[in-house]
Amino acid sequence: MNAMSLTELLRLTLPEIVVSLVGLLTLTLDLVAVQQRTFATRWKVGALTACTGCAGAILLAVLRPEQASIYGGMLVVTPLTEMVQAALAGFTILAVLLSVDSDFTQNIGEYLAIMLFATAGMMVLVSTRNLLVIFASLELLSLSLYVLTAFNKRSRRSAEAALKYFLFGGMAAAIFLFGISLLYGLSGSIELTGVATALESQPLTPLWVVAMVMIVTGLGFKIAAAPFHLWAPDAYQGAPTPSAAMIASSSKLASFIVLAAVMALGLTASGSAWHGPQAAWVPLLEVVAALSMLAGNLAAIVQSSTRRLLAYSAIGHAGYMLLGVIASSELGLRALLYYVITYGLATLGAFGVLAALEKEGVDEIDGLAGLSQRAPWLSFCMLIFMLSLAGIPPLSGFFGKFFLFSSALRASGRLLWLVILAIGMSAVSLYYYLRVLKQIFVLDATAEEEDVRTPLLMRVTISVTALLVIALGCYPDLLLHWIDTALRAMPH
Amino acid sequence: MNGFPWLSVLTATPFAGAILVLLTGKNRNAARIVTAAASGASLAIVLGLWHGFNAASGALQFQERRPWIPALGVDYHVAIDGLGLLMLLLSAMVVLMSVAASWSNQEHERLYFALVLLLETGLFGTFTALNFIHWFFYWELGLIPAFFLIRLWGGPQRARAATQFFVYTMVGSVGLLLAFLAIFLATGKFDFIDLAQMAQSGQLGPALAQGLHWGPWTGGRIAEWVFWAAFLGFAVKVPIVPFHTWLPSAYAEAPSSTTMLLTGAMSKMGLYGLLRILLPIFPEQMQHALPLLLWLAVASVVWSAFVAWAQTDLKRIFAYSSVNHLGYCVLGVLVAVKWTGGALAGEKAAALDGALLQTFNHALTAAALFWFVAMLERRSGGLRGLNDFGGLRKVAPVFCGLMGIAVFSSLGLPGLNGFPGEFLIFKGAFSLATWATALSVIGLLITAVFLLVILERVFYGPVSERWAGLRDLSTGERLALAPAVALMFVLGFYPQLIVGVVNSTVIQLVSQLGPHVGF
Amino acid sequence: MLAWTIYISFAGAAVLMLTPKASLRAARVIALMTAISGFAVTVAAWVRFTPGEILQVARVPWIPSLGIEYHLAADGISLTLLLLTGIVAIAGVLFSWNVERRTREFFALFLLLIGAVYGVFLSFDVFLFFVFYELAIIPKYFLIAIWGSTGKEYAAMKLALYSFVGSAMVLIGVIAAYVEAGAKTTDLATLARYPFPLHFEMWVFPLVFLGFAILAGMWPFHTWAPTGHAAAPTAASMLLAGVVMKLGAYGCLRVAMMLFPGGMEAWGFHVLGLDSWRGLFAVLALIGIVYGASVALVQKDFKFVIGYSSVSHMGFVLLGLMTLNQIGLDGTVLQMFSHGIIAGLLFAVVGRMVYDRTHTRMLNELGPMHLARVIPFAAAAFVLAGMASIGLPGFSGFVAEFEILIGAWRAYPTLAVLAGAGILVGIAFTWRALDKAFFGDAASSTQAAVTLAPITWAERAGTSVLMAATVAVGLYPRLLLDLILPAFNSPLFDGLRKGLWR
Repeated sequence: MNAMSLTELLRLTLPEIVVSLVGLLTLTLDLVAVQQRTFATRWKVGALTACTGCAGAILLAVLRPEQASIYGGMLVVTPLTEMVQAALAGFTILAVLLSVDSDFTQNIGEYLAIMLFATAGMMVLVSTRNLLVIFASLELLSLSLYVLTAFNKRSRRSAEAALKYFLFGGMAAAIFLFGISLLYGLSGSIELTGVATALESQPLTPLWVVAMVMIVTGLGFKIAAAPFHLWAPDAYQGAPTPSAAMIASSSKLASFIVLAAVMALGLTASGSAWHGPQAAWVPLLEVVAALSMLAGNLAAIVQSSTRRLLAYSAIGHAGYMLLGVIASSELGLRALLYYVITYGLATLGAFGVLAALEKEGVDEIDGLAGLSQRAPWLSFCMLIFMLSLAGIPPLSGFFGKFFLFSSALRASGRLLWLVILAIGMSAVSLYYYLRVLKQIFVLDATAEEEDVRTPLLMRVTISVTALLVIALGCYPDLLLHWIDTALRAMPH
Repeated sequence: MNGFPWLSVLTATPFAGAILVLLTGKNRNAARIVTAAASGASLAIVLGLWHGFNAASGALQFQERRPWIPALGVDYHVAIDGLGLLMLLLSAMVVLMSVAASWSNQEHERLYFALVLLLETGLFGTFTALNFIHWFFYWELGLIPAFFLIRLWGGPQRARAATQFFVYTMVGSVGLLLAFLAIFLATGKFDFIDLAQMAQSGQLGPALAQGLHWGPWTGGRIAEWVFWAAFLGFAVKVPIVPFHTWLPSAYAEAPSSTTMLLTGAMSKMGLYGLLRILLPIFPEQMQHALPLLLWLAVASVVWSAFVAWAQTDLKRIFAYSSVNHLGYCVLGVLVAVKWTGGALAGEKAAALDGALLQTFNHALTAAALFWFVAMLERRSGGLRGLNDFGGLRKVAPVFCGLMGIAVFSSLGLPGLNGFPGEFLIFKGAFSLATWATALSVIGLLITAVFLLVILERVFYGPVSERWAGLRDLSTGERLALAPAVALMFVLGFYPQLIVGVVNSTVIQLVSQLGPHVGF
Repeated sequence: MLAWTIYISFAGAAVLMLTPKASLRAARVIALMTAISGFAVTVAAWVRFTPGEILQVARVPWIPSLGIEYHLAADGISLTLLLLTGIVAIAGVLFSWNVERRTREFFALFLLLIGAVYGVFLSFDVFLFFVFYELAIIPKYFLIAIWGSTGKEYAAMKLALYSFVGSAMVLIGVIAAYVEAGAKTTDLATLARYPFPLHFEMWVFPLVFLGFAILAGMWPFHTWAPTGHAAAPTAASMLLAGVVMKLGAYGCLRVAMMLFPGGMEAWGFHVLGLDSWRGLFAVLALIGIVYGASVALVQKDFKFVIGYSSVSHMGFVLLGLMTLNQIGLDGTVLQMFSHGIIAGLLFAVVGRMVYDRTHTRMLNELGPMHLARVIPFAAAAFVLAGMASIGLPGFSGFVAEFEILIGAWRAYPTLAVLAGAGILVGIAFTWRALDKAFFGDAASSTQAAVTLAPITWAERAGTSVLMAATVAVGLYPRLLLDLILPAFNSPLFDGLRKGLWR
């Protein structure tokens, strides 16, 4: 716990500060300057500000490699955290671009501001090792997301989804907090390293197990893993599309990083009950992973709504990603990072396509019939996203799965059963992704429907996302290199 | 050894003709002319081969041998000896006769003539090939066109007849295939000549015994089955009773010009197979099975004669008569196999000579007979029953005269070509298989009876009004038939013409059948 | 240079998507040119190929941190199958000349599939192999789902899922092997040399083999095949039965057998008379031969007859793989080529020539149409194709099946005999289909024939291409045997040879 000058602190937290300030700026600009202008102008101004801010944050994060851990882990700045922050900001940019010209709200400035606050929350979330700070930033993130989910005031579904999300989230947060307090009671520290130290000297008592389960519950809710997933389908379906996109991409990334950190750093010790693959939380996470894979994929088969399908598929993917956490070695972390980032891109893209179709009010899968004739480029992008999620090469989803599964096996041969289950469920998932594609490509459009007109900005965003998915699949090194550099520069 | 590939050229000629025929387009006559040219050219080549053939030597001539599928030890090996040359001669002759008989065929002639030429290719190939792989290919190549000829141009029951023909022959072919597969598994060879040498030197038996045991059965047992499987293939083709039941319908339903091919050439494929393949490779098994085989031959001779007597359809009569005549050939071949310890070589040679002579003569005569039936059918609007006609002698004397000659030839009247062959067979067989020969004489008698009945019912008797306007032979038809009929006389008086071709080969074959290798 | 087969195909697909929707002609011509170029490249490589060599085509590091390379190479076996792909591709385009609906997408998907198949046959890196292998599933799905006939959507989904499940099984095995070998490389040759522990190979081999064998149509996982082939449009069936099923068999050989030969050793105990995975798969292959042929015998739908005949013929391929001797394996690769061409021919006749004109696949409806008189070219083509399919000498199938039977006799004599019985049933169903479909009822010969569109030049060209291929190889098998035989002597197959080679 070194004393530190304020400027030093400010410098280290510059990305988060920038994002927060820009959030305020967007809000102000919208309220003060452009309130009377047209809808389109307000959106453009707001989006421009927000994106610039995020871009600035990315640059700050990436171009100034820092290495610091202050206040005993309350803030940890490493190349890895900076990398993740950059990714989070990138997702936010994409989500913002997707929301431009949406008509579900008049409060543009507020919407974008809350998005940015959520981003700030996530950025802090991934760069801390202190349980209370984790909780605080988690709450910032969650509250922002609840609001973002409810933003469509004209839709009952939106309100219902937000309420469910909030209630669940509140419960989960409470449980998480309880778990933190138990950990504090058991270890005398609210820092992950402190907890780890305490573990070294203590046996595995039921109280530790209870604490662990509570932590996992709290975080499991965030990543939408079964059996903590019941909020997800409604949230994905009811929330306005950009919000859903954000929940699916950046929130997932942040939550997984936190989970990995807590598990690997906090609940790990050289004592036999906690170390590596035999750590006590591993069986717990294995069960959660298996349940997620099963519940997510099997439920997705019977969905008739595209968004709910994406929600359940998210649950399934959470199951796969848990493998990366369970592997808990550097290998696992690399694979997890790659997977979550590329998964985020693909889901974001899918939601983007759905946003483009929002004018039509399309949510049912059947409503996508004949899309390939009405909007060929959009359909092609959807093809890319769906196939990447299914794990078809040469897209990034495939490589992500390969990397993840082989890393899991390398970390521990015991995980074979889980890998087999994962690959099996992957095979099942092709069915429902193909169903969507079948509607789009195989069936013919009904005669009266006209071609879909997509705004240019949205087109560009979706295309860029699709391009990234393809590029990262064909040249995974593009991303892997970045991840490797970040990891290598770290002390552990 | 590999001189000018005459035999390959010969085999390729009708094939090239078939392709040309298919390409001739709508011109109605082009197909016929091309066919005539192709079969004529084939005959010319065969005659040329005959000219260059050294009749004094019993060895293989015009040999071509090239490696083909080294992985399986298969060579492209063709050659002919006297036996092969005889078969080539009769094939070319019969095909030409068949083409002449179907000259005025109207329906889809391109396809028809192409199929005929393909069949000729199969015939030439079968009679020259000495390695099982391509021999079998040509064997099957003969089957497919015949099937379609029956199926597409035949009579009212053609579907069933063609099916039966196909199924029986296919089963026989499969038997052959399996037999040779087994032989290959045991010896690694497909070449007929190589296998014959192995058999002669006594190596084949042990090789089969060693290589073929499977489960509880010994190699020797399986070798016997192999023999029977191969025998089946040929027995169906000749045919030998009781594998002949496909024949009457097939011969009856096929258009008569096709029946000429079936009886004149395709049945000879079976006989050829017996002599070229079965005899040299499986002498022991044949000797072992000889009593049974002789009974089958006798049954072929006698049973079919009786059945022929009971028929009323001219084509069926001649069909069963074919079985009868070929039964004599089979008898002649079988007695040559009999183990005599080196004695009676002359009788054996006579029997074989007679069998081969009879083969040629039967080809000529039977083809001619069906040709006449074809002409009769055309004039009568499809009728060919024994009792449908009467007194044609008065209405169409030339026709009856020429047909009469053919009938007498089939009967075996001395002076015509049917006599020398049968005489030689009986002469040779009498010493070697007395009882069988004696019983076969019955066949001769019955044949005489039903053939004379034909003459009586069809040619003699009162003229029914229906046939009063029957056309006699046209000039073209007379010219076409003349060579065939003339040949009947020539061979009747000078059978040496044909016997000379085969004699050396026969003698060599008999001497090679020598030592009885115990098994 | 051979890599251009892949690139040209993909480029062709991309170019096709850019051609104007209305110009059908342009789409067809581009597709044909692409297919011909791909084949030309293969032939050029063939001409310069030295038997027994492993021709390195491309080798670049791709994902170095995982040891994955973009490694393309060809040995004699790959080259044989590349030739097959080229020929079937050309014929497929020709037989699809009449596709009117969404033409350019059809050909684009077709070329995409071809490119992926070329990729599989050229891959010498297991990861790359898998990438191309899975890549092929999606075009297959769409080709059937969009342009197929009766029951297309169900058939397409079934096919996609079966293929995906099969490849999932393979993925498990591949990842396991990759990790077991130290996760340093996915190079085929290196992994083939790696001494995996026996107990490891004992479970990975059947898993990977089965995964591939599903796509190869091994009984009892074959049910996707008849449904899929029957519902698919002609060019797709030709590719599916002709080439894609061979992908599975190729995977069995190149990955399962080459990398994990120990998995075929005896278990040490007996179950139902079987003593190893090898024995089990040989028996399953045989059941496929006999079952496929028997079921084909009673089918009412013409295309299903051919579909089941494909299952039967692939049974031969799988049986040949399990013989583990030189002659059996030679025959297997040759049979892969031969059946590819012959299946292409059969589906072309049944799909393009008959179904596209008569719009029925049912045998009892086709009979009265007297197709032999109306489209005699089709009848003749089917006769020839049928003869080839039965395995008559003069066509490519004969030497192939012969070699497999001989190889099988040396390894599993009883199965060889039963396989021979399967050939007999094969003759029966081929002849039955021919008779019922083309020659109809003899009694109603006076019935007026239906009028059908004449056979187009494209169909004649396609038939000639396929016919020429099967006859050429049938008359001169050394064309391909000279490629295949030496390939098995290369160091790649050392593990296989050391083990159970007879």
